[in-house]
Amino acid sequence: MSNILEAKDLKAYYMTQAFGVRRTVKAVDNISLQVRQGEAFGIAGESGCGKSTLLKVLLGAHEPPLTVVDGTVKYRFDDMEEIDPLALDERGRREIRWKKVSYIPQGSMHVLNPVRRIRESFHDFVRTHKKVSQAESWDMARNYLRDLGLSEEVLNSYPHQLSGGMRQRVTIALATILWPKLIFADEPTTALDVVVQRGVIQLLKDIRQKEGSTLVLITHDIGVHANLADRIAILYAGKVVEEGDTKEVLKNPRHPYTQHLINSLPRLDERSERVSIPGRPPALDNPPNGCRFHPRCPVALDKCRTIDPETITLEPGHRVACHVVAEEVSHAPVA
Amino acid sequence: MLLTIRDLFRFSPAFRYGAIILALVFVLVGLSFFSPYEPDVNRAVPRNKPPSDVYVFGTNSNGQDVFWMLTFAVRNSLLVASLAVVIGRGIGVLLGMISGYLGGRVDRVLSSIVDSFIVMPRLPLLILIASILRGQMTMASLGVLLGLLDWAYPSKRYRAQILSLRERGFTDTAVFAGMGTLKIVVQEHLPFLIPFLLADMVSGFLFAIGFEITLSVLGLSDLSTQSIGTMIYWGNYYQALLSNRIWILAAPIGASIVIVVGFYLVSLGLSRYLDPRTRLLRLQVKTT
Amino acid sequence: MRPSPEPSSTAELLRVEDLTKVFNIRHGFSTKQFHAVDGADFSLQADTPEILTIAGESGSGKTTLARMILGMEQLTTGVLRYKGRDVASLTRKEKRSWFFGQVQPVFQDPFATFSPLKRIDHYLYETVSNYKMADKAGADAYIDNVLNEVGLSLKEIKGRYPNELSGGQAQRVSVARALITRPSLIIADEPVSMLDASLRMSIVNMFRALKEKQKVSILYITHDLATAYYASDRIAVMLRGWIVEMGPVERVLGSPMHPYTQNLKQSIPSADPARVWTQKIDLADMDGEKYSHTGCKFAGRCPAVMDICRKKTPPNVMHEGRMVKCFLYDKSVQST
Repeated sequence: MSNILEAKDLKAYYMTQAFGVRRTVKAVDNISLQVRQGEAFGIAGESGCGKSTLLKVLLGAHEPPLTVVDGTVKYRFDDMEEIDPLALDERGRREIRWKKVSYIPQGSMHVLNPVRRIRESFHDFVRTHKKVSQAESWDMARNYLRDLGLSEEVLNSYPHQLSGGMRQRVTIALATILWPKLIFADEPTTALDVVVQRGVIQLLKDIRQKEGSTLVLITHDIGVHANLADRIAILYAGKVVEEGDTKEVLKNPRHPYTQHLINSLPRLDERSERVSIPGRPPALDNPPNGCRFHPRCPVALDKCRTIDPETITLEPGHRVACHVVAEEVSHAPVA
Repeated sequence: MLLTIRDLFRFSPAFRYGAIILALVFVLVGLSFFSPYEPDVNRAVPRNKPPSDVYVFGTNSNGQDVFWMLTFAVRNSLLVASLAVVIGRGIGVLLGMISGYLGGRVDRVLSSIVDSFIVMPRLPLLILIASILRGQMTMASLGVLLGLLDWAYPSKRYRAQILSLRERGFTDTAVFAGMGTLKIVVQEHLPFLIPFLLADMVSGFLFAIGFEITLSVLGLSDLSTQSIGTMIYWGNYYQALLSNRIWILAAPIGASIVIVVGFYLVSLGLSRYLDPRTRLLRLQVKTT
Repeated sequence: MRPSPEPSSTAELLRVEDLTKVFNIRHGFSTKQFHAVDGADFSLQADTPEILTIAGESGSGKTTLARMILGMEQLTTGVLRYKGRDVASLTRKEKRSWFFGQVQPVFQDPFATFSPLKRIDHYLYETVSNYKMADKAGADAYIDNVLNEVGLSLKEIKGRYPNELSGGQAQRVSVARALITRPSLIIADEPVSMLDASLRMSIVNMFRALKEKQKVSILYITHDLATAYYASDRIAVMLRGWIVEMGPVERVLGSPMHPYTQNLKQSIPSADPARVWTQKIDLADMDGEKYSHTGCKFAGRCPAVMDICRKKTPPNVMHEGRMVKCFLYDKSVQST
């Protein structure tokens, strides 16, 4: 299985100058990721961790004041050579958009044109990328929606006649109808009712199964990752602190932040006291030295205050960036 | 505040040039207090002299130095316009805000009053009133009159702003914090209107200056006071154009153009600065 | 001034009696009636403070219900009594002088709750002075005291604008502002939904502590059943204006009886890898708009639907220590 998406040593900062003051927000600071073809890769993190910036850069959709300062991003589709999304011009971007790479934005239910029926939106959409007649595109849309469990009368409706959840599912269908190989989903379930959320998660699963596409899922909701992502990367303050098999990371979180994150989630089976670590994520324009989590970390060592931890591999596929874990591993007796 | 102004200077060429122009205008106004001549004295200097070293802008047919008269003219025109703007926008803001916040019957009554004022044809009405009051029209009363005719349309806009501000969460917070209606409208909502108000005031200025000039040129204002419009009036009266004494008209006309352009550039710079879409572009650090 | 009706029972803090709110929506020339809240009925006791969750999805009516209790929305029918007095008949002046000192809101978005142009402590000082909780000299100490109850201090937030604080801090200040008048009832509308998941529990913990220490009852409106389970004593599940199940939270969420509550519980994605969903749900019948207009509002989606469900409105049945609005538990139906 080859990697369909590779990011290496990616650094993307917001560099602004206002009122004579220069400010650099290190939103993505030295991130490397590999996403295998056909898998569902989750990027988890809370607000302010840099995940939306990371998404922009991975799509090559960054605009000033966001600048990529260092690092590379590469797409590798098996029938073509490598594509560098950071170097694409508008024409190049349009070539791959929706056909190879697709993007489901947050609040995507609002992107439908309110004065066009759904089937017309589909037609407009498909036509810009493929030469089809109206009848052909409607056929495509009808079949695709039926496969996804959406009824045909959706096609004849206007967006305001559908519920929020339906619109979200229609937008997801729209974004994936040309069977892109790589799908980015940005908070696809936020702001939806919990019952509809389950439907959306299932929809994404079904799409992946049918087309074998790769899904990069960005959300703060760990529950969604647990049910959808094969592998997961936890982001904190612009860096990846833990990455690995979703089941493994959720069952045995090694990084103190991951542990804190998982322990602070309420569960429907017990009402015991849930402890949360005080403090909040650092502002990215002035991050702490060394490990960015050290001011809040319950087990911080001295070196955590000054040295940025290296990423080490615990088991194949499970990586952590933490001095404490590194010490444990180096001192553990060899089995 | 100062940082904003400095940023405006750096970022917006429109604001920069507009501010420079307006600075010159205000210097001119300041000079009026040092004028060697009184504004209402005729035959202080030889008549109809073209511009020279002694008389920088020449002299007019009443025997007055055009330059120094211009300083008075600019001062008075701006004063009239200021009065009009203060009265007009003052009434407009107050009524618009109350109407928008209270809603219901108060809103309906006030809105119908506002609508009646809006449909009034202002220039013909001004001309009519001015003709009736011929002898007794002073610059101050002109200012008040202009203000009274220009509050209606702005009040509609402020009402619209308040209608949306009223739905914001902090309005509810203010209610539950025990604040009364007037306090809420003034303390919570008014600050949001200020950038809007600034741009609106500039447009009010331009309206007032334009109307003052129009009325004065028609001879309907206080002709014994120097204003841009009255200078043009007297110039026409003595047929400056026909007798090739262009400097008599050029000075007030030029001044009015300069003032209008200056205000317009400032408001252009301000409104572009306040536009959230350009904010990101502005913040960008030039890395090249 | 018209005297308010005599308090009927001061043992009840809040009494919601058959409360209904109907919105008239114009569709072209016809008007459709939309029952946002339909016959809501419950009460809160005055002597034991409790946290009652009103849970439901969007369109369930929970926010409309909260707004009616706060006096921000007029009722269509029904009675709403606070400490025995009829809320709907309070004049504006009575509201400002008495009611708002007793019942305070906490809203969902802490950054919309405060004007971005004003320092955040402005609202705290205003509340103190308008309700005369302390004089000018004592205001600082009083506010600091209240802020301590929510885990903050006056020094931390004095003079700061809302955008200088984090979401969690701003929401705490919002709660502090609500506490200043020492209310007996706080209505919290989705207070944690805009906060990061790891912060939510600290705010919910704070609510629990407030109930214990300050003896404040809290009406907690949310769609998040997980925090509801953790925070509340009782829970009422709303569906399209009806309260379909209500009772102690361990019972209702531990072993839900109403099919809708069961549906809700199953739909929550769990972060525990041992509890991930294994079954596929049928997407086709999730078209939520097919709610019927006669009979039970859930009949269109209910897996256990019976004939009678489509024809008649289900009664409120008491069963196993809770209220359920469902024919499945109606003994008179079950016995036939």
